Amino acid sequence: MTAATGAASILPMIAIIDYKAGNLTSVRLACESLGLEAHITSDSAEILSAERVIFPGVGAAGAAMGHLNELGLAAVIRTVVANGTPFLGICLGTQIILGHSEEDGGVDTVGLVEGAVRLFRPTDPLVKVPQIGWNTVKQTKGHPIFAGIEDESEFYFVHSYHPEPSVTSCILGETEYAGVTFASVLGRDNLVATQFHPEKSGRIGLRLLQNFAEWNGKE
Amino acid sequence: MLTKRIIPCLDIRAKRVTKGVKFKNNVDLGDPVEMAAKYYEEGCDELVFYDITASAEGRPIDIEMVAEVARAIRIPFAVGGGISTLADMSRVLLAGAEKVSVNSLAVQNPNIIAEGAKAFGSQCIVLGMDPLAVDDPERCPSGYEITTRGFRVRTGMDALAWARRAVELGVGEIVVNSVDADGTRAGFEIALTKLIAENVPVPVVASGGAGNAQHLVDVFEQAHADAAIIAGMIHTGDTTIPALKAELAAAGIPIRHRW
Repeated sequence: MTAATGAASILPMIAIIDYKAGNLTSVRLACESLGLEAHITSDSAEILSAERVIFPGVGAAGAAMGHLNELGLAAVIRTVVANGTPFLGICLGTQIILGHSEEDGGVDTVGLVEGAVRLFRPTDPLVKVPQIGWNTVKQTKGHPIFAGIEDESEFYFVHSYHPEPSVTSCILGETEYAGVTFASVLGRDNLVATQFHPEKSGRIGLRLLQNFAEWNGKE
Repeated sequence: MLTKRIIPCLDIRAKRVTKGVKFKNNVDLGDPVEMAAKYYEEGCDELVFYDITASAEGRPIDIEMVAEVARAIRIPFAVGGGISTLADMSRVLLAGAEKVSVNSLAVQNPNIIAEGAKAFGSQCIVLGMDPLAVDDPERCPSGYEITTRGFRVRTGMDALAWARRAVELGVGEIVVNSVDADGTRAGFEIALTKLIAENVPVPVVASGGAGNAQHLVDVFEQAHADAAIIAGMIHTGDTTIPALKAELAAAGIPIRHRW
């Protein structure tokens, strides 16, 4: 075995969960640019055997939850998290790991973190929904996912709803928009989740993905 | 705090970036992928690519170029030109673009907005509009008429009414490109941008007329634009993105300062 393949074998295999909730190309491309082996998959066995799992997604919570149940993946996600595999939620993926969403008239979601997902309701008509663009993340709790990332760095957000966990101890980072300070990074045990898109957040976002790939799932 | 986005626009003709005034007198500026990578490194917040001849030539967008750009940069980018069907949208998004921009073809077939928003989410669907200042209070009470096909066709449609309809159909963002200001580098058309920004609930991107940092300050402060498109001022090397951002920050505009 050459040194090069020896080094490559240390890198964890990442499963990117495909549940028909938007385009996953940029997540895969971001992983590949870091030299990480990443597979877009909806296969339970592949997800359960992966060394890292990314749960992305854009779109509406109701349809996404429907697809997740049809594919039998809600149970798979619970198992992955219970097994201690490092798990990263992104955007809609983050919202779905809470217990309930206001979207689509109210949807019960996976419930790995207690709390709900609320619509932005700005009082100022010049504050637009969805929030689209780069906003600051205040790191409220130290975590390996933030290694080498300066506090108050900007990340790329696209969303109309925001996480509202009922347990504040799981809040790792906060962001202000439309008159609320919301949890933009959540974490407990082997699970972390970001409302923003690290895969589209330039070099700083790549650093967060790399931190995730190197993280053993323990705080 | 949400920052104001600076979005370089790359007009593509025969696989090269070109720049004209009011869609005329196009000059060659360089390779799209190299330019995208350069602006990404310099800290632009997003990029937009318009395949400006796809629509006129009746051919689909250059997907290989979209895929190459997606491999080169790690920030969002939108792609427009020659997108007329859901299949076109799907190809562009799967190649790695964040958003698709529809313009002339959405005027012909507004339902493509609703279909695209349903299939891919509103955040993926951008409406590009090219309004022209007109004095025609009966047909265009807002004072602006929608043009299509690179300003060549006047539609008789009121710009504000079209913006509102597009939001109802599901667009997630509107790029307002002033026909009168396009390519002049004499400043954005503030009244037009403000009119749309104050009357739609989705983000508005100002386009056409950017020539210096003060023009961007004005369109953010006076017209409430959420983002601004720039082209000639950086393509020609008159200024750079870091220099522009430094001027905006000094003027108190919230901008992304780490990348």
